[in-house]
Amino acid sequence: MNLQSTDFELFELPEQFGQDRAVIDARWKDLQRQAHPDKFVAQGGAAQRLAMQWSVRINEAYARLKDPLKRAAYLCELHGAPIQAENNTAMPAAFLMQQMQWREALEEAAEGAQLEALGDEVAQARRAALEQCQQLLDQAHNYPGAAQQVRALMFIERFSRDVHDRLDRIADHG
Amino acid sequence: MALLQISEPGQTPNPHQRRVAVGIDLGTTHSLVASVRHGVAECLPDAQGRVILPSVVRYLAGGGRQIGHDAQAAQASDPENTIASVKRFMGRSLKDVQGAAKLPYRFVDHAGMLGIETVVGEKSPVEVSAEILATLRYRAEDTFSDDLYGAVVTVPAYFDDAQRQATKDAAKLAGLNVLRLINEPTAAAIAYGLDNASEGVYAVYDLGGGTFDISILRLTRGVFEVIATGGDSALGGDDYDHALADWVLAQTGRTVMDATDKTALKVAARRCKEALSDAASARFEAMLGDGALTLELTVAQFEACTASLTARTLVAVRRALRDAQLDVAEVQGVVMVGGSTRMPQVQQAVAKLFGKAPLNNLNPDEVVALGAAISANQLAGNSTNGELLLLDVIPLSLGLETMGGLVERIVPRNQTIPTAMAQDFTTFKDGQTALAVHVVQGERDLVADCRSLARFELRGIPPMAAGAARIRVTFTVDADGLLNVSALEQISGVHAQIDVKPSYGLADEQIARMLQESFTTAEADMQARAVVEARVDAERMLLATHSALEADGDLLDESERAAIDQRMVAVLQVMGTEDASLIEATTKLLAQGTEAFAALRMNRGIQQALAGKNIETV
Repeated sequence: MNLQSTDFELFELPEQFGQDRAVIDARWKDLQRQAHPDKFVAQGGAAQRLAMQWSVRINEAYARLKDPLKRAAYLCELHGAPIQAENNTAMPAAFLMQQMQWREALEEAAEGAQLEALGDEVAQARRAALEQCQQLLDQAHNYPGAAQQVRALMFIERFSRDVHDRLDRIADHG
Repeated sequence: MALLQISEPGQTPNPHQRRVAVGIDLGTTHSLVASVRHGVAECLPDAQGRVILPSVVRYLAGGGRQIGHDAQAAQASDPENTIASVKRFMGRSLKDVQGAAKLPYRFVDHAGMLGIETVVGEKSPVEVSAEILATLRYRAEDTFSDDLYGAVVTVPAYFDDAQRQATKDAAKLAGLNVLRLINEPTAAAIAYGLDNASEGVYAVYDLGGGTFDISILRLTRGVFEVIATGGDSALGGDDYDHALADWVLAQTGRTVMDATDKTALKVAARRCKEALSDAASARFEAMLGDGALTLELTVAQFEACTASLTARTLVAVRRALRDAQLDVAEVQGVVMVGGSTRMPQVQQAVAKLFGKAPLNNLNPDEVVALGAAISANQLAGNSTNGELLLLDVIPLSLGLETMGGLVERIVPRNQTIPTAMAQDFTTFKDGQTALAVHVVQGERDLVADCRSLARFELRGIPPMAAGAARIRVTFTVDADGLLNVSALEQISGVHAQIDVKPSYGLADEQIARMLQESFTTAEADMQARAVVEARVDAERMLLATHSALEADGDLLDESERAAIDQRMVAVLQVMGTEDASLIEATTKLLAQGTEAFAALRMNRGIQQALAGKNIETV
């Protein structure tokens, strides 16, 4: 075990997409109990620096493991299929069409209820895409295919954020 | 164990000796110090039995100063030299301070942090805060008849990097060894959670004199995990006072004349507000330059003229819940902290939002200091019952200025700390050899709307075509929430780094000057203090090494062990001398000599964490 171990090795989890969130949370706390700089306050600068490195590494792994999208992207990268979202924007035409429809719906949504409905629709699309990700990663081991799904999910996630930002603005002024 | 026999009488570091550690709540209107004694956290009283120290410092002509109650009593008669609510100015420039014109002080504007002109010259908010902290430090030292090992100082969760750094500087200036800065709501959660053996999701609503924080925490078996935090570092009870005073002036058609009037009005507003917490109506009474001002007013009127302030807190609460991706129904309890939560309209608004009565069974004035004391006790290694782990988050996003004055976010808000995040940037022009890095904090997209924390330059990039360089900028945030930024050009290896000292950047000479002028050293001689501090550090290092060897000495072979023993003996030998730099240098050698050992121990700790899991799951 060292700072270069993969997130899965560090958290002693099987290297796959399907994970139990409660186990990830519990492992995170176990590891931080050992490595957090607060445990080494009385032990001088060197121990503090090391604890900081470990603690940062554990938080980094936790952030990646607990978020399904980041976890999927990480698995693709580990298996030689990097996401490279900025260089790889080619998406199926049907997917792009749907994105445009969503954007239009967001533009036109005037009240909370319409936005909520749109939010639900997006959440459903997200769940479906994640299920497909799991199938591609854990059963088919098709990493380039999963990477394509991850790129699609990044679009969905960005749009979902926009919907929620709009809802927030309505809530804050209401 | 042979080592202990070498030490001289009176200098034997006893690993089981209790170290005096305190928690300090450095508040806008008042401050407290608390410590764990006989297993119970309690606030320490002054000689008159008062635990609350008003956060007021008065500078007297001739160099004296009054701190606390005496200073507060002089507020109306000497407003210009009596600094109250200094916390609002920490790490702030004049343009950041809302309603500065209503305050009686003579501000001096500086780019980073403002100054205040007093009868004894200009004072930085850091210096004023240090006076308050030093007063509490003396109180603790008198209580225990011992030097302090260290202190945990609390800050509002919503404090940005500049405000945190200013607070840490003030603590250092007051001669405190800062074990940790912790967030006020987190401290309150520790005191509340441990007291009530609570588990689950809790919200801490902390409305103090000058700041508002909301934190959502998950409590599980000694782990205090902050899920989201939010707030407003310029919204508190003071603002309710101002709003009330403004309303009364508008109702009566009166105007204020001078600094004395401003203070009289503020004091009257505060008194009236407090009276309205227990009664349906109260009389507003102030003696102004042009005669007495009195007005009878009701709770309903007070609520109406401050409703927008209460509403602002609720906006922040809702946003924190959204950030935590939690519904109000999932929050098991709401802990109320800060004297301003005594206002009935605040209690009612919170109860309505969460659909349940808030928890008020702890003294809202003391709970933060008590939690800080528990944390300090733990960090100093005194705690015997159970582990306590704080997993806090960064309150505001951190980013860099990119082309067109836009912010590129590197660390998003509510990221668990400590954390390190990096992003690659490139050059804009052909042959560009330097890159200006401008670090900002805030949630807005434009640099102009965010807080500027630091600027530095990465120079010596070899000339390349635009876009060819690969500059990796890394943001590292430690457990105190303080930021360090480094930049590395990856092709050439050119490197630049900065500890983000906010733009006011108290230089070392400035700190030295402040120390020289200051309270703490007025009578004590600087040299003696340096020796004492060096000894305390040396002792700390010896203790640490000793307990490390006791726990994991088996990781070392004989020659490695002998090398460490030798350096420990060297420290013991110089500790009795009066030579601060010799003690420091020898301590440093010991620290360096144990670095490899520390690495081995850390690996073992991680392995053990994993092994522990195996046993649980088998």
